[in-house]
Amino acid sequence: MAVERLAATATGRVAATESRHAAAQRVRERLFHGATFAAAILVLTVLGGVAVSLISGAWPAFARFKLAFLTESIWNPVTERFGALAPVYGTLVTSFIAMLFAVPISFGIAVFLTELAPSWLKRPVGVAIELLAAVPSIIFGVWGLFVLSPLLQHSVQPWLIEVLGPLPVLGKLFQGPPFGIGIFTAALVLAIMVIPFVSAVMRDVFETVPDVLKESGYGLGATTWEVIWKVVVPYTRTGMVGGIMLGLGRALGETMAVTFVIGNAHRISTSLLAPGTTISASIANEFTEAVGDLYTSSLIALGALLFFITFAVIAAARYMLLRLDRKALSSV
Amino acid sequence: MSRRLRRKMMNVVALSLSGVATLIGLAFLGAILWTLFKNGLAGMSTTLFTQSTPPPGSTGGLLNAIYGSVVMTLIGILVGAPVGLLAGTYLAEYGRGTRLSSVIRFVNDVLLSAPSIIIGLFVYEALVLRMGHFSAFAGAVSLAIIALPVTVRTTEDMLNLVPQGMKDASTAMGAYRWRTIVGVIYPAARSGLVTGLLLSIARISGETAPLLFTALNNQFWSSNLNAPIANLPVVIFQFALSPYKNWQQLAWSAALLITLAILALSILARTLISALDAGTGRR
Repeated sequence: MAVERLAATATGRVAATESRHAAAQRVRERLFHGATFAAAILVLTVLGGVAVSLISGAWPAFARFKLAFLTESIWNPVTERFGALAPVYGTLVTSFIAMLFAVPISFGIAVFLTELAPSWLKRPVGVAIELLAAVPSIIFGVWGLFVLSPLLQHSVQPWLIEVLGPLPVLGKLFQGPPFGIGIFTAALVLAIMVIPFVSAVMRDVFETVPDVLKESGYGLGATTWEVIWKVVVPYTRTGMVGGIMLGLGRALGETMAVTFVIGNAHRISTSLLAPGTTISASIANEFTEAVGDLYTSSLIALGALLFFITFAVIAAARYMLLRLDRKALSSV
Repeated sequence: MSRRLRRKMMNVVALSLSGVATLIGLAFLGAILWTLFKNGLAGMSTTLFTQSTPPPGSTGGLLNAIYGSVVMTLIGILVGAPVGLLAGTYLAEYGRGTRLSSVIRFVNDVLLSAPSIIIGLFVYEALVLRMGHFSAFAGAVSLAIIALPVTVRTTEDMLNLVPQGMKDASTAMGAYRWRTIVGVIYPAARSGLVTGLLLSIARISGETAPLLFTALNNQFWSSNLNAPIANLPVVIFQFALSPYKNWQQLAWSAALLITLAILALSILARTLISALDAGTGRR
């Protein structure tokens, strides 16, 4: 920054002559600097405002139900008893199953895009996958309800019930009639929505692997797959986990797509084929119709829970991606 | 020899599976677009753009919803983007390398991936409750809050691409920092900044969750910013789940319209990126 320092002393000397022009420039400089600083602080304030308003809105519900809010699954607007267990369970289970589907597929896409695709195919396929990320979530919801659910109800779910249902332990997850909508369908739609995000991050972190490392692998006679599995994957492990967590953060908070296909039932069933609910679906469905302060406050309390769960997941993801960044920088 | 064969087999199987995974991903995009065209095209007509949403059973269009969506998206961008541009400028220039900017960068990333329904709850608490009613204005504010972190992020990334030499040259001519930023850095990063703008428009124009309890919906034409306003996403939500055939048809048409608009914006943004790459000789 020697140049900058030199320039600063030069401008300092000019300023000493104190022309009117320089004074005006200094005022503008201060204004512009101030404006950018204020805007940056506003970003902090918005997040702070979100946290404060959620906590204050949720306070009546927390004060009334205390810890029972987290441990009870009763959700009864008539008697005004509210427990968050069912939506919290639905949120965690749908997101977990969604990641079970999304992670292997995203990994495959990232491998295809970085190691396999000929260069003329890379760009169009990459753009198409990114476009999937641009499709609004409500479109996924409509599609999930009118196309995917009937498909699952008539062909996939009867098969699951027949083949997996009689198994011990595992069979408990596939009981009951094939509704079409429910936890399983919601998880599948979430998986489709999360795939473009996870595969984009994985592709980016795969590209941080120095060519020298991969070439050494090939030099030792490794196959393409062995280079990917034994060189690329270990090198990018933290980054991959970071990408998966970012996807998980998306899945946990996704609202509209889930609201269409989950069935919106405040109960916990062992069967994945049964209707359930998630935090965001409960809020989307009930908030405008909620009568009474305690009902509204309980819904905001659900929102606060969701906020802290996603905050923790996203913070962990960012931390891991940051560590990979440092590693990539130090190896260059 | 069998070991070598096994390794080769493993290689072929694993790589084929990755191809299959890519096909699955593409198939979903294809399936969704096909469904939208199949169901949405049937309802495409001029009445869609000339009439407001009808009561169940009679004909109508989406005029009020299209208007509401456009207005709220525009206000959201006009409020969110300039603030995002300034904050991104702070992170890339004045605050570069400071502790405060790494905190802000982190907070921005959290906002970027925060569930949009949470933003809706926040605006409900902060504006709707205080004003006492749902309004287009509240909807626009929640969209602005969603656009903000997107523009902060793209602005910072794009400004960081501007070569240091250009900034040094301007400083060496005796230009103040603001002059360098506005006169040299912004023009150099122009297409990148426009891309970011397009992407944030694409992002907020399909948002539904935060509008559910800020803008609500309106069966009739309204251009009053201080009253509930119709908008495409919420119309899709209500009409698709209704039992009425004409409402469901309108929902499909609205879904097709909004998806086409967003995909067009995204493709335009990506074309700009590749033009930018070609221009600066990256890749």
